[in-house]
Amino acid sequence: MKNVSTKWVALGIAAAALVLAGIVSFYASGSPDGLTKVSEDKGFASAETEHGAKDSPLAGYSAKDVGNDRLATGIAGVVGVLVVAGLGTGLVYVVRRRDHQPAA
Amino acid sequence: MHVPDGFLDAPTSVATGAIAAVCVGTALVKARKELDDKTAPMVGLVAAFVFAAQMITFPVGVGTSGHLMGGALAAVLIGPWSAILCLSVVFAVQCLLFADGGITALGTNITLMGLTTVAVGWLVFKVLQAVLPKRLSLVPIQAGVGAFLSVPVASLLFVGLYAVGGATHIPLGSLATAMVGVHLLIGIGEGIITFLSVGAILAVRPDLVYGARGLLAKRELEIKPSSTTGAPA
Repeated sequence: MKNVSTKWVALGIAAAALVLAGIVSFYASGSPDGLTKVSEDKGFASAETEHGAKDSPLAGYSAKDVGNDRLATGIAGVVGVLVVAGLGTGLVYVVRRRDHQPAA
Repeated sequence: MHVPDGFLDAPTSVATGAIAAVCVGTALVKARKELDDKTAPMVGLVAAFVFAAQMITFPVGVGTSGHLMGGALAAVLIGPWSAILCLSVVFAVQCLLFADGGITALGTNITLMGLTTVAVGWLVFKVLQAVLPKRLSLVPIQAGVGAFLSVPVASLLFVGLYAVGGATHIPLGSLATAMVGVHLLIGIGEGIITFLSVGAILAVRPDLVYGARGLLAKRELEIKPSSTTGAPA
């Protein structure tokens, strides 16, 4: 049981992330989240101002100009997973490389 | 709980931005000690998983939803400082690419959903580890409890920020009641997802769970009667 290689664990997590973001996300609840709901109930929802990135091709977790909602959400999710994984890994590389600099 | 632009005034947003910057900067230094050959490859994956899980909003009560924040989950898997880096990447990407969470509120969101859930989740986890029997099977439960508590604490901190620099003047008691009430429910989801995720990795590779390391070191020191299985590959 304890012999699952790191590679397979990594693939498992990556697969889980891609399936969640690429497929399951379409079925996520469309209701306002906790803070949004409270802001509506307490009357400060209107304080929200326009988002600077509202014209991003992935704004609102939906790929722009993709007609099919399921596909638009899935594409946005997969791109997000790849970008986040890439940035996270890159950050680790930078943080660790500084640690391994030769003494002289 | 992504805070949009406009909910908090500029001075408050600048203050949370400064807090976030200092903590992320500290994390960049401190994470070096956590990141060895086992945790390092996990960081990008955990960040990706937290991002994906945050897309899965689950219903809590009528007409309201919530999603994982992931601080306790990431802290137990890869260590608290690395977790801060992980979640900061997630919130930055959500903000800039997906227009989720205000740009001026990025510091606020990193502070509330990143720093707070990591700190509370990790502290509760460590306290429970200290007072409960040192058993590997308890790790997912301890992580789940930490995760559960981290969400209402984060929501209460939002109320605190709103009291200082909120857009409107509203009775803080009722805001706190509403925020903590709904986030206790979201916290249950946070706890369950964290319990399941930590449990899954612990079942196959306990050595990849940062929060379980102390227990493993102890276990490996036990004298085994007959070592037919030999040394780990």
